[in-house]
Amino acid sequence: MITLNINNEEHEVDAPPGMPVLWVLRDLLGLTGTKFGCGIAQCGACTVHLDGAAVRSCLLPVDTVGERRITTIEGVGASAVGARVQKAWLDLEVVQCGYCQSGQIMSATALLSKTAVPDDADINAAMAGNICRCGTYVRIREAIKRAAAEPAG
Amino acid sequence: MATDPKDFTAPRYSRRALLKGGAATGVLLLGFTLPFGRARAASAEVFAPNAFIRIDAKGKVTLIMPQVEMGQGIYTSVAMILAEELSVPLEQVELIAAPPSDALYGNPVFGIQVTGNSNSVRAFWKPLRQAGATARAMLIEAAARQWKVPAAALRAEAGAVLGSGGTRLPYAALIDAASRVPPPKDAPLKARRDFQLIGHPLKRLDTPDKVRGRTTYGIDAMPAGVKFATLMACPVFGGKVRHVDDARAKALPGVRQVVVLEDLVAVVADHMWAAKQGLAALKIEWDEGANSQVSSAQIWQQLREASTQEGVVAKSVGDAATALQGDGLVEAAYELPFLAHATMEPMNCTVHLTQGSCEIWVGSQVLSRAQAIAVKLTGLPPEKVIVHNHLIGGGFGRRLEVDYVDKAVRIAQHVEGPVKVIWLREEDVRHDVYRPVYRDLLSARLEHGRIQGWKHRISGSAIIARWLPPAFQKGIDIDAIDSAADIPYDIPHLRVEYVRAEPPAVPTGFWRGVGPNNNVFAIESFIDELANKASADPVEFRSRMLGQQPRLKAALELAAAKSGWGDALPARSGRGVAAQVAFGSFIATVAQVEVDAYGAVHVRRIVSAVDTGIVVNPDTVIAQLQGGLLFGLTAALYGEITIEGGRVQQSNFHDYRMLRIDQTPAVEVYLIDSDEAPGGIGETGTTAAPPAVANAIYAATGVRLRRLPIERALLAERRT
Repeated sequence: MITLNINNEEHEVDAPPGMPVLWVLRDLLGLTGTKFGCGIAQCGACTVHLDGAAVRSCLLPVDTVGERRITTIEGVGASAVGARVQKAWLDLEVVQCGYCQSGQIMSATALLSKTAVPDDADINAAMAGNICRCGTYVRIREAIKRAAAEPAG
Repeated sequence: MATDPKDFTAPRYSRRALLKGGAATGVLLLGFTLPFGRARAASAEVFAPNAFIRIDAKGKVTLIMPQVEMGQGIYTSVAMILAEELSVPLEQVELIAAPPSDALYGNPVFGIQVTGNSNSVRAFWKPLRQAGATARAMLIEAAARQWKVPAAALRAEAGAVLGSGGTRLPYAALIDAASRVPPPKDAPLKARRDFQLIGHPLKRLDTPDKVRGRTTYGIDAMPAGVKFATLMACPVFGGKVRHVDDARAKALPGVRQVVVLEDLVAVVADHMWAAKQGLAALKIEWDEGANSQVSSAQIWQQLREASTQEGVVAKSVGDAATALQGDGLVEAAYELPFLAHATMEPMNCTVHLTQGSCEIWVGSQVLSRAQAIAVKLTGLPPEKVIVHNHLIGGGFGRRLEVDYVDKAVRIAQHVEGPVKVIWLREEDVRHDVYRPVYRDLLSARLEHGRIQGWKHRISGSAIIARWLPPAFQKGIDIDAIDSAADIPYDIPHLRVEYVRAEPPAVPTGFWRGVGPNNNVFAIESFIDELANKASADPVEFRSRMLGQQPRLKAALELAAAKSGWGDALPARSGRGVAAQVAFGSFIATVAQVEVDAYGAVHVRRIVSAVDTGIVVNPDTVIAQLQGGLLFGLTAALYGEITIEGGRVQQSNFHDYRMLRIDQTPAVEVYLIDSDEAPGGIGETGTTAAPPAVANAIYAATGVRLRRLPIERALLAERRT
C-alpha cells in the first residue's frame, strides 16, 4: 500500500511500483479529471501539481511521489490562484472540447503561482508543453493575463 | 454544403437535393418531419409536444440535443434556438443527449444521426425553431382557453404566458391543458428583431464542468466492475494475427486476460497501466498480408498516374477547351498529404455485454451507427443495445466512423463484465481513418487580366462512396468537388473534373474541412499564381472577379482593410490572402508570415472576415474560427502521415506534430452582420488558413509551395 496526499486528502492505494500517477488517479481512485493524451509527456493533458509544480503524471511513477502533495484539476480550485484561473477560463470562454483543459489549467496555475505577472515569453515557456487540438491558444494566453490582473484572494 | 443543385450540370444534385429526392432514387435517406404529437398526452405530468422539448409540472424545461457536443458549442447553440422560440431563459433549461434514433433525431441533410460537415445549425435551424414555436403556440392556446380570450391577445415571455393587465400563467400551470391542444401546422416564428437569445454572446452551458474536471467523456465512463483493455491491430493495414506468445504478459500483476482476434490482440487488466505493460510484453507474429509493400512513394506514383486520365465532369460552363487554347496558359499541380485526426481524447469505447443486452459508453458523431454496429455484431435487437453518448474530446471527423465501437464490442464478446477499451496514442495515430491524399491539376488562361478559361481536375479518394454509398452517383464524390464545382469567381468557360483514385491499403475518411480543404488550397493558391501572372494585386485580382458574390467581396474588402493589406513589411515578411465560399459561409483571410534565413516559417498574424448569415452565438462563432484557423495552420506547417511497408510511420506527438502556443499567431476574426440563414462555421477556418499562409510565404520569399506541409528546405537562404 502506498499513501498519497491528493488534494489535501490521504489516499491509500494498492499500486504496483512504477505505475504512473495518471493511472492511479484515474483507474484506482476514479479521479478522471486528469486526462490521458499521449503517454510520453508530449501533450500535457495529464498535468498535475507536485508540491505546486506542474508535472506530467503519465510518466511519474507513483512510488517516487513520497510525501509530496499531489493536486489535480478536481482540487486546484481550492487555491486562490487556481480559482482565479478557472474563473478567467470561464469569463473568456476558453474551452472548446475541453479534453486538454485540465492540463492547461494546471500548467497555467503553476505558472501564476510562481510568476504573478507573466509576460508572453513566460507564458510560452510554461504552456508550450500543453497541446490543444481545438486551437484555444489565443484565449489561453488572454485568460492567463486576465487571471494575473485579477486581485488576489 | 455550398453546392446547390442549380450549379451542377451532371449529376444534378447536392446532398440537400439528394435528401429531397431520396424516395425517387430509392435510397434510405429520410425526410425530416418533426414527430409532433408522438409523445403528446402520454401523461399530463409532462408536456412533450415533440422530440426536442419536455416541460414537467414543476416547470422544468428539458431540451433534447440531437447533435453531439465535441467542443463546437452546439449544445449551447441548439439550446439557444429552442429556448428562443419557446421563450424560456437559457439558465432554466436542462440538456439531455438524444438517444440513437435516425427517425427522431436524424440530421435533416443526411437523414441519419450525424454531427458533421459544419451543418448542425444550418440543418436544424428551421426545424428547431419550429419545434420551439409550436410548443409556445400550444402553451399560449392553453392559456387563451383558460382565460377565454383570443390567443392573439397573449404572448409568451420567460417561461410564462402573459395576458392583459399583468396576468401571468407559468408554463408549469399549463402543461396539462397544452397537452390537449392540437399542434398548429405553421406556428409563427419570431422576427429577428424580437430575438432575446439568438445573436447574443451567451456563456456556454458545457464549460463550467469542463474547467473543474467534472465532465465525463467516453474515456471517463466507469461502470461498476469495469476492467481496462488496450489493443494492437496489425500495424500493416489489413494484416492478421498469426501467432501470439502471451506468457510474459499474463504473468504481469494486474493482467487478467489476453484476447486474440483475427486482426488484433487486446490485453484486459485491472487498470490501464497493467494493460499497457501487458501489451508491450506480448510477442505477436503478424501475417502482414497483401499490403506489406505499400509505400508513400508508390501511393503518390499511382495518384499522379491516375490524375493524367480525364475525369468525370462535375461541372461544365461554356467551352473551356477552346478558351484554354492560345497564349497565356498557366498550369500547376497541387498535392495534399494523408493526415491523422489526433483528437486529444484517444479512441475508446466501453462495453458491457451480457446474454441479452449490450450497454455501450462512447463519444461518437454517429450515434445510430454506433448502435447499429453493435446490433450487427451481437445479433441483439436494437432496443437491447443501449448507447450512452458522452461529450467528445475532439471529433474533427474521426468519430464519424465506428471502428472503435466495432473493435470494443468484439473484444467484449470475450470478456466477463464491462470492459473499457482505450487505444494508446500510437494505435490512434497508426489506425486512424485518414484524410486522403489529393492531387489537383489546374489550368487557366487570362485575357485582359481576367480568367477566360479554367480547368480543374481533382484526383483523390471518394469518401462518400464508402461512407454514404447512395450519395455516390455517376462517379462523382460530392464532397471531393465541394467548393470547386461552385468556385465563386466569374469565369466564362469552366470545367471541373473528378478522378476517383483510391490509395492502396490506407483507409480514408472525413477530416475537419472535408472536401473544401483540398479544393480551397489548390484554387486559392492557383488564383494567387494567376494574379502574379496578370501583374495584379492578389486582393484586387480576386475582387474584380467577384461581381456575382457580394457577400464574399465584402468579406474580402474587410479582411484586407483590417489586416493592413498593402502596408510595408520587413524583408522576408509577407501577407497572403485567401477567399472562399464553403459550408454556406463567406470568408476571406489574410495571413502575415516571416520566413527566417533557415526556412522556418513564423506566422505572425491571421485576420479573417466572415459572413455566416444570422449568428446564433457570436462568441462561439469567433471561437470556432480561431480554432479552425489554427487547426488548418497545424496541417500547413507540420501535417503529414507517411506509409512504408504498409504501415504508418508516425506514432505520437513527437513525430506527428501539433501547433503549440509558442508558435501561435495573433488571430483576429471579424463578423459581418447578415440577415441570411446561418452558414456552417466549424470547418470554415480550417480550409482558409493553409492557402493564405502559402500565399504569404510566396509574398515573403518568391517561392511557390504547391504541396503541404510546408517544406522548410525550399525556403532556406542558407543551410543549417
